[in-house]
Amino acid sequence: MTTVVPASPRKDRRSRGARRTAVAWLFLAPFTLVFLLYTAVPTVAALGFSLTDLRGMDLRHPFAVDLVGFDNYLRLFRDDSFLRDLLNTGLFVAVGVPLTMGIGLALALAVNSGIRRLRGVFRTVFFAPVVTNIVAVALIWQYAFHANGTVNEVFGAVGLAGPNWLDDPDLAMPVVILLGIWRNFGYAMVLFLAGLQAVPREVYEAAAIDGAGRWRQLRHITLPLLLPTTLVVTVLLTVFYLQVFDEPYLLTNGGPLGSTESVALYTYRQFGAGEFGVSSAASFVTLLLIGLVSVVQFRLLRPRT
Amino acid sequence: MTDVATLKKPESKSAGTATITDPIAVRPRSVARPLLYSALVLCALLTLLPFLWVISGSLRSLDEIRSDPGAWLPHHVTLDNFTRLFATEGFGRFLVNSIVVATIVVLGNIVAASAAGYALAKLDFAGKRIAFGAVMAALMVPFTAVFVPQFVITVDLGLADTLTGIALPAMALPLSVFIMRQYALSIPDELLEAARIDGAGEFRIFFRIFLPLAGPAVATVTIMSFLFSWNNFIWPLIVAQSTSSYTLPVGLAATSQAAAHVTDYGLMLAGAIVVMLPVLVLFLFLQRHFVRGIAGTGMR
Repeated sequence: MTTVVPASPRKDRRSRGARRTAVAWLFLAPFTLVFLLYTAVPTVAALGFSLTDLRGMDLRHPFAVDLVGFDNYLRLFRDDSFLRDLLNTGLFVAVGVPLTMGIGLALALAVNSGIRRLRGVFRTVFFAPVVTNIVAVALIWQYAFHANGTVNEVFGAVGLAGPNWLDDPDLAMPVVILLGIWRNFGYAMVLFLAGLQAVPREVYEAAAIDGAGRWRQLRHITLPLLLPTTLVVTVLLTVFYLQVFDEPYLLTNGGPLGSTESVALYTYRQFGAGEFGVSSAASFVTLLLIGLVSVVQFRLLRPRT
Repeated sequence: MTDVATLKKPESKSAGTATITDPIAVRPRSVARPLLYSALVLCALLTLLPFLWVISGSLRSLDEIRSDPGAWLPHHVTLDNFTRLFATEGFGRFLVNSIVVATIVVLGNIVAASAAGYALAKLDFAGKRIAFGAVMAALMVPFTAVFVPQFVITVDLGLADTLTGIALPAMALPLSVFIMRQYALSIPDELLEAARIDGAGEFRIFFRIFLPLAGPAVATVTIMSFLFSWNNFIWPLIVAQSTSSYTLPVGLAATSQAAAHVTDYGLMLAGAIVVMLPVLVLFLFLQRHFVRGIAGTGMR
């Protein structure tokens, strides 16, 4: 069915290619539009904003905005509350990531260890917190952890006076981290389960024939083969936790005395106060931290072969 | 094989017998199994505690929570909190707003993601790598890093404090595009090629052949974008400035924070149930979509 018109075949192919490209980008148009408006432009703009003294009230008068170089960044690192929030966020990551992963891995191993009954039920239960609305959960935790709440009822039952968890600067952070762990361990578990199911059964059978017990199999087969999954889970959880906002905002609003305020919460507060430049600088610090930590983790955990 | 292994392990005492007896039968399953189940059941109960608290708390009367705040179970079950909740000023509005935003987001994702995913998987065109790079970039750029310019753009578009402004950035989630692309890759090229030879245009192929086959992916995209929209908190919090555009989570959080230390827990817990119920019900019945959508890409 070749055309009889003596058009050069190359030109014909090129115009068909151009047509195909136009059609494809038409298909991609809605996504591309949203991407440009809400990812591409904002990423560049965030860096730009962070170098200016842009304030909320300037939105109507863009020409009143001046370049201030790295002043916003200097201001951040001279601000004690920002430094405190950096430390808080670091604590959230340092405690939250290993615990979330440990629980997720342990449960994945348990659920995957050949139990047949209730297996689906366990998976559903452990994954439910991941999809549960955080505002609802935070309200429940406030109800449970207030001075006379359901948690302290347990302390009362054994004759102890429970503390006022969320109003105690030393105890609020552990509760906020616990909420983060509760909300995310099921996510780690599901990723580990996927990793476990990729390990071929024959490997275990061979090991069992060689006389390797459960513990040896775990140490020498399962865990090494899970290394790529572990890497992914570590990076993902670290990226989540470096941006932690919902948990401290909803449970304690950063208090008491700023003891649970995270960098994301700081960013939001600066934004709320109209300090768009400072806020953007703080977000950019988060972005740099995320990039840095991800690169380091990829280096450290990459399979050495 | 066995010889090599036993040579490597001089510390295993009865290497000889291990090769004879069935290694699986040797294991003391009878002890380990109940232990494993008990541990799992204990963990499951701990995980479910907040759900127990919210159900029991929401069924207790105002007076009962005041006089005995820590009780685990209601003395008298009452639906009073729910009646009061639906009579609360603004609550109906928040609920409707959440539903409207979720509907816009879901429809947007079905259209934008199925088209983009199809193009990325099945069409050859200039800039394909860039387009896929954009999807990956959108998956990875952290929200914290971009929300200030996002807000400024929303203001510039005249969409501040509107439901459209809340919905727009979520109308073409990279996760949805990714799910659609992965699914489209699994559809054999021959099917589309046959239609192409018959002279069907790309749009016809997309609507007549691809979409009818993409049911499972459309379902996953619907569920994931609904989940995202319904549970999204920080963006609606930023965009909505008056109670008339609050979504349910924002309205609930604002109500409880305004009340500070005199929180009406019964009312709040009833609200919590209404917020979490739709997603949990969907999750119970359509679990595999959630797991596929969330574990497949690393996004919530």
